[in-house]
Amino acid sequence: MVRDRSISSRLLDVATHVTMAVVLLVTLLPFIHVVSISFSGPKDIVAGNVFLWPVNFDLTAYKLIFSNFLIPKSFLNSVIITALGTAINMAMTVLTAYPLSKSRLPFRSFFLKMFLLTMFFSGGLVPKFLLVNSLGMYDSFWALTVPLAINTYFMIIMLSFFKNFPKEIEESAKIDGCNDMQVLVRIVLPLSMASVMTIGLFYAVQHWNSYFQALLYINSNEKYPLQLILRQIVLQSQIQNLMQGSPIDYQTQANSESLKYGTLVISILPMLILYPFIQKYFVRGVMIGSLKG
Amino acid sequence: MFAVLSEEMGADRRECTLRLRAMPCYICIERRRRRGGREIGEGEKAMDLRQQVTIRPERASIGKWGRLRREVAVHRFLLLMLVPGFVYFVVFQYLPMYGILVAFKDFRLNANVGYIENVFTSSWAGLKHFITFVESPNFWKLLRNTILLSVYNTIFGFPAPILFAILLNEVRQLLYKKVIQTVSYLPYFISTVAVIGMLKMLLSPESGAINNILGALFGIEPKYYFGDADWFRTLFVTSDIWQKLGWGSIIYLAALSKVNPEMYESAVIDGARRTQQIWHITLPALKTTIVVMLLLSLSGLLDVGVEKVLLMYSPATYETADVLSTYIYRRGLVDMSYSFGTAVELFNGVVNLLILVGANYASRKLTSESLW
Repeated sequence: MVRDRSISSRLLDVATHVTMAVVLLVTLLPFIHVVSISFSGPKDIVAGNVFLWPVNFDLTAYKLIFSNFLIPKSFLNSVIITALGTAINMAMTVLTAYPLSKSRLPFRSFFLKMFLLTMFFSGGLVPKFLLVNSLGMYDSFWALTVPLAINTYFMIIMLSFFKNFPKEIEESAKIDGCNDMQVLVRIVLPLSMASVMTIGLFYAVQHWNSYFQALLYINSNEKYPLQLILRQIVLQSQIQNLMQGSPIDYQTQANSESLKYGTLVISILPMLILYPFIQKYFVRGVMIGSLKG
Repeated sequence: MFAVLSEEMGADRRECTLRLRAMPCYICIERRRRRGGREIGEGEKAMDLRQQVTIRPERASIGKWGRLRREVAVHRFLLLMLVPGFVYFVVFQYLPMYGILVAFKDFRLNANVGYIENVFTSSWAGLKHFITFVESPNFWKLLRNTILLSVYNTIFGFPAPILFAILLNEVRQLLYKKVIQTVSYLPYFISTVAVIGMLKMLLSPESGAINNILGALFGIEPKYYFGDADWFRTLFVTSDIWQKLGWGSIIYLAALSKVNPEMYESAVIDGARRTQQIWHITLPALKTTIVVMLLLSLSGLLDVGVEKVLLMYSPATYETADVLSTYIYRRGLVDMSYSFGTAVELFNGVVNLLILVGANYASRKLTSESLW
């Protein structure tokens, strides 16, 4: 191929490389910065000495986190909510998407239209809040999981995947005496694990990162998920509630700063560790979705 | 066609095994095809079905309802699977829509009865709440804030992933490209709480890195950006771009991956510069995707996310930061003015719908691309 050596081409190269470098730096530096700070001495944090490498390596932040009752508890809560929520999501999404992917299903277009409509119209925040409360879900993990059982968009992705599943396999299973339920559980699901897992990951990330649902429905401290605790500590600086009422002196202030950074790191750490391994699934999931859109 | 035939088999297997010998059904057709025999024509397949009908003449007379009942019986397992999803949509999507009635009522919560009765038995208020809202001094401020924040977000946030995708498409080193892509997707998977938390700490006036750097390099006094109403929109839009740049570019990169490389090669032969290739090949390839994405983003013009603004604003920045969705949350849920909150929300939803319909219409006229 002939190389374009014109000035405009070189300018384009410069622009490309500068943009890419800026994107790389701007994306990564904040993470490195926050992690470094969380491992630094409390005094250096307050003085603003830390930039990209821990200064006076120190584990105060993490000692504070683990001596505090609420933060490990909220981490556990987030794990429970994510597991429970994703399990409900997957069961409901698969059960709904599979029948809808069969064009022979009676009333199929009615069901499909009825479900799709909810992507454009919804009752909104207040009626939903009233409904969930009157169902007796207030202050329980059910309120964070059951009302979000199906994400219509993910359901459509799943549906279009099932639609492309080879008909011949299902039909031969039927001739061997399987009913539709057995076909799904024994044949289709095991063979579609990759895409089912992809959607599962999307759901799991959503549950792990969500705070607003908990803000609406969770009242008692010991049921708070991690993101809500993070909001209290980092954004509202309500640290006094969490640390046993010691007077505010220089030491406490320094400690509270380490606590902020430590909690932040704890909340994004699972994502940072898992991300390189699961990243390709996310991209695949989006690709499946974009084919339709 | 095949589906219909195999369905009959699924319905009554024993009958089918008998029928297998008697007439060509799906299996026979499939076998014949695999043997490499004559292809079965469309007309012939229709023949098969008619043969079945003649084999069982009673089906012709069972009528519409009978056939429907049979359809349901045949697909009972599929329909059974759909039950939980159907219940979910009715309860958690359609019952809240019924709750919109609250906007036209003076909602009073009676703890002894359920949601449906509560909404039903509250007394009517007509358009009272809508009028209160439109006449309140907050109305214009909220509308202005919502529209401005959304418009800024679209003007700056919408082209960013497109530009990024186009430039990334020019990177020829595959490994480098992969690394950049992987890194750029990452912020999308970090929670909004963590993103805003990081931003707030980076901007902290005492120890934040940004204030320190600005101070060391340019001698700028530390400033509490989060408490300054003038800075709210900048921070909101910037953090949004930071979080969504890479992820937003995926859909454009997918569109670009479908462009035939021969197009670029023949352009080179014709003497097109790389900038000209971008203009004449890359951009036209993205056009459909760009229009659809723009329409989708316009449809949420008045939907500035309550989740993010709620994390970022404070009474000090209400002047520029308070938007419709946060107002709905504060008045509707925190102050428990349920009817008023619902009325504001309904107003918001109706305006959004009008914008979407209008944008779709305009787009169909101007670019012949549209959502429907």
